[in-house]
Amino acid sequence: MKSKSRKAHIVGVGESIYTKWGGIQDKTQFQLTAETIATALTDAGIAVAEADGLTSFSNDANDAPLMAVTLGLKQLRYSAMVWGGGGGGSAGSVAQACAAVESGQAEVVVAYRGLCQGQGRRFGRFGAGRIHGNFVHPYGLFAPAQMLALLVQRYFHETGGDPDSLVEIALNGRANANRNPRAVMRDRELTREQYFASRWIAEPLRLFDCCLETDGAAAVVVTTAERAADLDADSVEVAAAVHGSGPGWGSGPLGSHNMPDEDYATSNSKLLAQDLFNRADMTPSDINVAQFYDHFSGLVLMALEDYGFCGRGEAPDFVKSGAIRADGSLPINTSGGQLSEAYVHGMNLVIEGVRQLRGVSTTQIADAQTCLVTGGLGVSPTSALILTR
Amino acid sequence: MAYFPPSMPAPEPEPVDQEFWAHCAQGHLRFQTCSDCDTPRHPPTPMCPSCHSTKTKWVDPGKTAEVFSYTVIHHASHEAVPSNLPYVVAVVTFPALPGVRLITNITDLPPGDVRIGHSVTLWFDDIGGGMQVPRFRPVGAA
Repeated sequence: MKSKSRKAHIVGVGESIYTKWGGIQDKTQFQLTAETIATALTDAGIAVAEADGLTSFSNDANDAPLMAVTLGLKQLRYSAMVWGGGGGGSAGSVAQACAAVESGQAEVVVAYRGLCQGQGRRFGRFGAGRIHGNFVHPYGLFAPAQMLALLVQRYFHETGGDPDSLVEIALNGRANANRNPRAVMRDRELTREQYFASRWIAEPLRLFDCCLETDGAAAVVVTTAERAADLDADSVEVAAAVHGSGPGWGSGPLGSHNMPDEDYATSNSKLLAQDLFNRADMTPSDINVAQFYDHFSGLVLMALEDYGFCGRGEAPDFVKSGAIRADGSLPINTSGGQLSEAYVHGMNLVIEGVRQLRGVSTTQIADAQTCLVTGGLGVSPTSALILTR
Repeated sequence: MAYFPPSMPAPEPEPVDQEFWAHCAQGHLRFQTCSDCDTPRHPPTPMCPSCHSTKTKWVDPGKTAEVFSYTVIHHASHEAVPSNLPYVVAVVTFPALPGVRLITNITDLPPGDVRIGHSVTLWFDDIGGGMQVPRFRPVGAA
């Protein structure tokens, strides 16, 4: 039983500007990330040198020991990175930070992601060295959009769900981004007609079903309830934080495609969601607002079901009812998400969750007390948080 | 002539999968299977996830497969593929060997005609360098 006084809280957040792919050229990705970590610590009211832990995920290129030197940390007590591809570990990096402070291994841990794809490899293209690359590349299966399209196609086959429901995910993200001055797509409206006129990327996914490719960095500061109480910062409790996978996923849609039949066309979140709600002592009906990892619209449909907000096959009708809109029963991706705000491998979704509970979102949900945030969906491991106040 | 241009990435066999590709190079599709409990697995791994034996054999799944899922790819994510667009990548299963799925291409049909559940037949594509890659076409297609 962990001490209440050590319960993990998010006390600070930091974001760089977000630009289109290749938009940040005047500084390195590493510098941008360091600045963003410093911003997050300043937001928390904690001196930068006092941070004693650094976490990230999926081969983040911004090396933690070098970051500790750059930031002038007095002591590094914890450094960890969640395994796996893409953004599966985004919420998991926060879960690591929570584990570190709740176990007493560290006091102030920053979870971060910095991503300037214009300075390095694009995730949306062929990348040599991919695990199980031998079983995907010779067939022309190179990019996550193509790989996850296979799950979405199977999902519609199994459920009889309406493929045209995907548009609702795209339109919701864009409408929320149009209210968000930080969003890369803040000034670009999207209509249903434009969505259906857009080109196919990998059927059944169109251009607007796929996340942006952007430059930016994001960081959150995690500490204990006891430390949080001594700060002026508006803190948010992490009610529960999990990362993991169902059986048999391995490289999953990114390579092996041999997860169990009943788990194939899912977000790999069913077991994870049970753990998450049990640990938070909540049910899906307790969630006021959610930030789903929207790399691809179709996975959000599956996650709505896997997290228990609707039954198997019901997500298409759920989203078409308007439930996920700002005035719906479960508003989602209120910053615009990765489809329309920015693609920082999900760390920007964690920050939007904090904003909702601080009451400062540009699509603020009245009296939001709880927010679900997921990591990258349909990969192993995936991850999630429930934030509360 | 191979299905994709010569600049297409070819399999680069590693210790764990070299036997799979050695069979392919001979024009044979074989899946790694546990010698002790007969559980097939793919992609190859060094240990049976059911009984933890490290003894393996290589089993013929037959030439007929079924489309489990597919995507019609319209966007080139590699310099080799623009002339092939749109092309079909599918996940197929084998009625004769339940428990494994293979990523492959469905060729010899208009991309818009592929459906989940279609029966398809194995053919081997000689990509040069002594390597052949398993692809599939509709049953009855040329």
